[in-house]
Amino acid sequence: MARPTIPHIPSSEITPRTVYDGRRDFLKAAGFGLVSGAAIMSGLLPSASHAAQITRQKIERFGKTPYGQEETLTLYEDVTTYNNFYEFGTGKSDPAANAGLLKPHPWTVSIEGQIKKPKTITIEELLRLAPLEERIYRMRCVEGWSMVIPWVGFPLAELIKWAEPTGNAKFVEFVTLNNPMMMPGQNLAVLDWPYTEGLRMDEAMHLLTLLAVGLYGEVLPNQNGAPVRLVVPWKYGFKGIKSIVKIRFTEQMPVSAWMKANSREYGFYSNVNPAVDHPRWSQATERRIGDGLFARRRKTLMFNGYAEQVGQLYTGMDLRKYF
Amino acid sequence: MIKKVKITVFILALIPLLRLLWLASANGLGANPVEFVIRSLGTWTLVMLLMTLAMTPLRLLANVSWPIQIRRMLGLFTFFYACLHLLAYAGLDQWFDWIAISKDIVKHPYVLVGFSAFLLLIPLAITSSNAMIKRLGYHWKTLHRAIYLIGVLAVVHYWWLVKKDIREPLLYAMVLVFLLGIRIAHQKRSRARVGTLPDAPVAVTTDLQHAVANNINGL
Repeated sequence: MARPTIPHIPSSEITPRTVYDGRRDFLKAAGFGLVSGAAIMSGLLPSASHAAQITRQKIERFGKTPYGQEETLTLYEDVTTYNNFYEFGTGKSDPAANAGLLKPHPWTVSIEGQIKKPKTITIEELLRLAPLEERIYRMRCVEGWSMVIPWVGFPLAELIKWAEPTGNAKFVEFVTLNNPMMMPGQNLAVLDWPYTEGLRMDEAMHLLTLLAVGLYGEVLPNQNGAPVRLVVPWKYGFKGIKSIVKIRFTEQMPVSAWMKANSREYGFYSNVNPAVDHPRWSQATERRIGDGLFARRRKTLMFNGYAEQVGQLYTGMDLRKYF
Repeated sequence: MIKKVKITVFILALIPLLRLLWLASANGLGANPVEFVIRSLGTWTLVMLLMTLAMTPLRLLANVSWPIQIRRMLGLFTFFYACLHLLAYAGLDQWFDWIAISKDIVKHPYVLVGFSAFLLLIPLAITSSNAMIKRLGYHWKTLHRAIYLIGVLAVVHYWWLVKKDIREPLLYAMVLVFLLGIRIAHQKRSRARVGTLPDAPVAVTTDLQHAVANNINGL
């Protein structure tokens, strides 16, 4: 079985405490709001980033799969610099600029709720839970753009089997790290932190549902949700919760962060559906990142093109009502 | 003097467009270039609009006349960037698919509001010449008050587009409220001074004089 090596961060890469504190003071002094407020002017000026330099780390061993072989990959640079990760700021380039503050190592994930016995698992143990594999998935953002990303990870089902949920477990809830020191965007109540997401048990067990720990054959960059994130390719991108610290099995349908923020616009299912518009914009088409300035929008596919695999999960459901 | 100011403002107002052209040629528009171009042009439309609206308060507060003499140019740059913003949306994003565009306008309030603001700008741009100012007389002032409504629509357009973080549209809204607030405060004060007489005709005369003076100076 493949045994991925855990990247050891050389001490030269670790930000000295004094520098780190100084940066915190600067952030506090400047006020995160003011910094972002200045983004209006940053339309003209390139913004200075206070990101720590992060070295790219290859994942030693993972299997190839046929998923998405026919797709053209979105450039690594675009995948890692055009992100929605509000914990690091609401601008698309904020995560790449600020995610250096996140320390994805050491990391533990606690598993609780409707299971035989609550557990915690370190990221090292989690990586050994199942063989890693590469899967190329389309990712469709609720904002109307999409990417094609070669993820490295394993099916969430493997972790669920290991967790041994009881018969009462009908849903799975996921929780992101809540630590404004590492996630400066959390200093602002844009969302009700921590970020949470949820899946129905059958969705969570579906073989397409991935726990990703890497992309492009490398350890997941912080801005993409290090050290472990969810990837549900037939749902809008925000369902793919990042930097997971808690997985809870529940009897009741969990309320996600976006449902809390605006239940009229964001539902629990959030399946990609070109026939059901966002209340404020159309979902019929999407712009593929990398297509360039003079490219046409593409037609959005039902369940993001994964209808054959997941359509049966929703038979008999009114997808207009359960959006 | 005013000629130098005008030339400077003219060149400065072209920088956002030149910057976009430079970035486009240098492959510097980022991962989502279409969105970048549309957002940037929208932002600069709003900035030009607020700068146009800032000229009267500037004149009132600083007691100088040059702001009024560049106000028309800024207004026309607002229209210029609004046209480019709309063109980028219709062309780059929608590929001139008129059915999709009209559906977008009818179905989505933020698009409708933005499009209404654009439609309202057209008569203002058309009647911006000195000949039209003279021809319309008193009505010119009334017509051009539409810019206040356009300002509100433009901010609402931005506000409704944002997914969750409303700080930036809020900032623009505050600037707009400030600029309109100064006018209201000034009007109240001058009304109190004149007593029962409405002050509007006075304002019209001075604005007209400035507008005409504007032409004499030319660019």
